[in-house]
Amino acid sequence: MTVKDLTHISALTAHHIADGEQPIKDIYCGDLLSDVMANALEESALCTIQGHKNTVAVASLLGLSVIILCNNRIPPADMVEAAASEEISIFSSSLNHYKTALELTPLL
Amino acid sequence: MSEIPINTLTSSSVILELILRLKVKDVMSTNVITATKETTLRQIQEIMRKERVTGLPIVMGKRLVGIVSMDDIIKALDLGYIEDPAQDHMSQNLIVLDEEMPVSFAINYFSRYRYHRFPVLNKYKHLVGMVTNRDITTVLLVEINKEVEQLEKLAKVRSHATEMSGEVHTYPILKNDFENAGSASTQIKKRLKEAKIPNAIIRRAAIASYELEMNMVVHSDGGTLKAEYTPTTLTLTAQDHGPGISDIEGALTPGWSTASEWIRSLGFGAGMGLPNVKSVADTFFIESDVRGTTVSCTVNLLPKEEQQL
Repeated sequence: MTVKDLTHISALTAHHIADGEQPIKDIYCGDLLSDVMANALEESALCTIQGHKNTVAVASLLGLSVIILCNNRIPPADMVEAAASEEISIFSSSLNHYKTALELTPLL
Repeated sequence: MSEIPINTLTSSSVILELILRLKVKDVMSTNVITATKETTLRQIQEIMRKERVTGLPIVMGKRLVGIVSMDDIIKALDLGYIEDPAQDHMSQNLIVLDEEMPVSFAINYFSRYRYHRFPVLNKYKHLVGMVTNRDITTVLLVEINKEVEQLEKLAKVRSHATEMSGEVHTYPILKNDFENAGSASTQIKKRLKEAKIPNAIIRRAAIASYELEMNMVVHSDGGTLKAEYTPTTLTLTAQDHGPGISDIEGALTPGWSTASEWIRSLGFGAGMGLPNVKSVADTFFIESDVRGTTVSCTVNLLPKEEQQL
């Protein structure tokens, strides 16, 4: 699956797409950024409720493909800006982490 | 036939290691065409022509009993006994190789004896293959190619790492500055990427620097994160101005945390910071009192298997 495939999932809304062709190879759900830092694999989609710039920093350091903010959380403008400069894609989801991951899993 | 110009006395250590590591069974051809004692020399000549081989082992079951070479056939044609069975004229003083012998043995055999091929036996003395000069050189070329690739890769990593050597970058970290948190780590990561350090190693360095940086943002009164590069290591030193860690052992225990609710709501303060640093770093040092805390760790920049070279 690539980032642009996420645009076909109705529960998801794109806020910034850095590279539509960027592959997504795994999914990680977590709100504790240290846990994400220690365990999320490169080129993963991160399902989280942490809608702030630090999530972008974590995603950039780990080489994650996309941040998906769950439970209808909308990324603040400075987060989208940070994502644009770090070339990380951001989506929001109307579903919780688990159900968002369920939607993505068949496409992996 | 010319000798294989490699030996155990004058060759480089890479080649030496190679010809001692490779066994005869790694280079021999196993689809051996054989004949029996009763096969006539004329039939053998025909098989040699068809199969394009210059020598044929003669077997009884799996046991090797002789060899008929092209020379034997020429002699038979010359002296007029080409219709005789193999057993009357085959060479029976055989020099054989054991399949478990290192290739260095086979190379010595080729220079010591005039033969172009050697039969290979297993521990039950069954014929399991044949080795020619060409079999050895082919496999050696493939293996040498692999070794050279490996050395080239290593040289590249080393030269890029060398180019960073001696660089020291110091990043100021401010208390509760969530706005810029992670920027020092991002720059360290970019530097390592430019130097073409392998991704798995960059990831470990990024985790260590990010956790050290966040620790100072969350818990300290501010400080500095210093990144020092040598050709083989990155040393990260986080030094803050206080207030110090009252329970260092606790701070190194996964899940132990003194972070406030507000910090936790941002996704920090899970009590994983220092344990994460410790687990990704190759060395780890911490010291703390009320005047401040110093955490220092190193990450080896060369892939594990290449550190010993």
